[in-house]
Amino acid sequence: MQAFKQINGLVAPLDRANVDTDAIIPKQFLKSIKRAGFGPNAFDEWRYLDHGEPGMDNSKRKINPDFVLNQPRYQGASVLLTRENFGCGSSREHAPWALEDYGFKVVIAPSYADIFYNNCFKNGMLPIILSPSIVDTLFTQVDASAGYQLDVNLETQTVTTPGGEVYAFEVDAFRKHCLMNGLDDIGLTMQQQDKIKLFEQKHQLAQPWLFN
Amino acid sequence: MAKTLYEKLFDAHVVHEENGTALIYIDRHLVHEVTSPQAFEGLKLANRKLWRAASILAVPDHNVPTTDRSAGVAGISDPISRLQVQTLDENCATYGVTEFKMNDARQGIVHVIGPEQGATLPGMTVVCGDSHTSTHGAFGALAHGIGTSEVEHVMATQCLVQKRSKTLQVLVEGELGLGVTAKDVALAIIGKIGTAGGNGFAIEFAGSAIRGLSMEGRMTLCNMAIEAGARAGMIAVDEITIDYVKGRPFSPKAELWSAAVAYWRTLHSDPDAKFDTIVSLNAADIQPQVTWGTSPEMVVGIDGRVPSLDMAKNEVQRADWERAYAYMGLEANTAINAINIDKVFIGSCTNSRIEDLRAAAAVAKGKHIAPNIKLALVVPGSGLVKAQAESEGLDKIFIAAGFEWREPGCSMCLAMNADRLEAGERCASTSNRNFEGRQGQGGRTHLVSPQMAAAAALAGHFVDVRTFN
Repeated sequence: MQAFKQINGLVAPLDRANVDTDAIIPKQFLKSIKRAGFGPNAFDEWRYLDHGEPGMDNSKRKINPDFVLNQPRYQGASVLLTRENFGCGSSREHAPWALEDYGFKVVIAPSYADIFYNNCFKNGMLPIILSPSIVDTLFTQVDASAGYQLDVNLETQTVTTPGGEVYAFEVDAFRKHCLMNGLDDIGLTMQQQDKIKLFEQKHQLAQPWLFN
Repeated sequence: MAKTLYEKLFDAHVVHEENGTALIYIDRHLVHEVTSPQAFEGLKLANRKLWRAASILAVPDHNVPTTDRSAGVAGISDPISRLQVQTLDENCATYGVTEFKMNDARQGIVHVIGPEQGATLPGMTVVCGDSHTSTHGAFGALAHGIGTSEVEHVMATQCLVQKRSKTLQVLVEGELGLGVTAKDVALAIIGKIGTAGGNGFAIEFAGSAIRGLSMEGRMTLCNMAIEAGARAGMIAVDEITIDYVKGRPFSPKAELWSAAVAYWRTLHSDPDAKFDTIVSLNAADIQPQVTWGTSPEMVVGIDGRVPSLDMAKNEVQRADWERAYAYMGLEANTAINAINIDKVFIGSCTNSRIEDLRAAAAVAKGKHIAPNIKLALVVPGSGLVKAQAESEGLDKIFIAAGFEWREPGCSMCLAMNADRLEAGERCASTSNRNFEGRQGQGGRTHLVSPQMAAAAALAGHFVDVRTFN
């Protein structure tokens, strides 16, 4: 996994609450057996005017000019600003894969669905929680100035606006450590394999029916 | 110290815990074709093995056709779907994983077959790369959906890295009215607390109305815990749980059975256990529910109307509702029973078990779907549910009433296979999500119980099943 420490990134505003994983990556693209390549189909139903299917040449499809991410001023954005309960719905990791492949490294919202939030960290993406009023302020600022960028620093756990306002955010210490160092969870857990084996033996004695 | 059911289950599986992060042991890993290929590939690339292959049960369900399967996997017309199912078959063969293949009589939706086989047992930790894994919490198990990275993690280490959730008790006391089902309870709860109401929580459903539910009703309820934002939903073990589990293929036998039952009887919250939050509902107040919008929280009783903007609690919700009106092609204050539908879907991991099919068939018996209904699908949750339904003659009732009787799978719940809505079509669906595009791009989904779906199919519009003749 790629490490994440700090970025200064263009912000794209997606002013909707409860954006679900079906919207982030529609199910027809889940048929792929690969991890990569979902970016061109992120938000497919909002982004294009036609119906998308796997295997289509997305560069030839008609884009929806009304969809915010299609506006020229937001091209190259790496920070997604959005509303509460982002990523609700299914556990599909294809959702953070699609966002990451699109170019987002950071999502900022007042809240997230639990599984989506967790999945982001496994893919080198940082989901930041800021209060609804700060998120409101950021939406206003993004709208008001083209090329609006935020400085996101995981080490200091801060988001800094172009005007110099600094907003602190919380992140679990273990997730922060893994993200900053690009650590592979499986490798870390394998270091505890003696403990796992010991637990498994005890567990089997206590509940042998689980091991039939 | 007094513990909640969640705390008992979590504590019983902690391998190691440090600074609020725990490594917990996973007893059962359910696998399907959509969220597993990248995990198997990851194992292969890192040259890792499965920690305990016997903990895994695999089945293809999301992509499989519900029509004729006599040509086997080779007969799946969409080549990308076919490859995904073939990939699961190959991975299971390579890694020695038990799989119920597409044409196995036991094949079905992963959350239907786990309990049906006794592969889901009380006290277990159960995971699957699918958010509706919360279903299995109905057995007094700790069960939740995981992403593909975690699927790979569990395959390689038999463990998950977890933080403890907060605990939410949802108490439903009293008796449900006739024609009011577990689905209506689930939707009423989501209507009350919202789709983010359970974020960060594990929900325990309790109270006399919950204890009165069958195991299948309890699965329906726990299935939709995720639609309230909670990864895990659960219900204490009682005699109904134990009776259901007894004698199933993977259930413990002989002397192990009595030892297991003795342990399972401890799987309930202690009387003075403390929950972080408690929410109460009165069972008698719950009506048959119908969603009107694009989120399961946009729901009202069958007597209700599409709410107007002045009822929205804030600007964000107002904007949400305005988009939902437009997408759903509905106006504020429209009476729910005046909404006409085009298609009906009875199925999904929420409502495709035998009791669901019996309830829908009881409504449909001797009648016919309305002329405006283009398609009414009944998709059993598993091959065994299908066989049981056929032995009771339910298939004949449905077919005579104009429904199509299909092969088991996820089908039009998420429309990954050929079963889908066309743009603008309106569907009464027994599934779990009414998100934009969920059942097909531009499709309009209204979530209801199986009885309500069957009644809507006959009437051509939503109708109160309690008074529908």
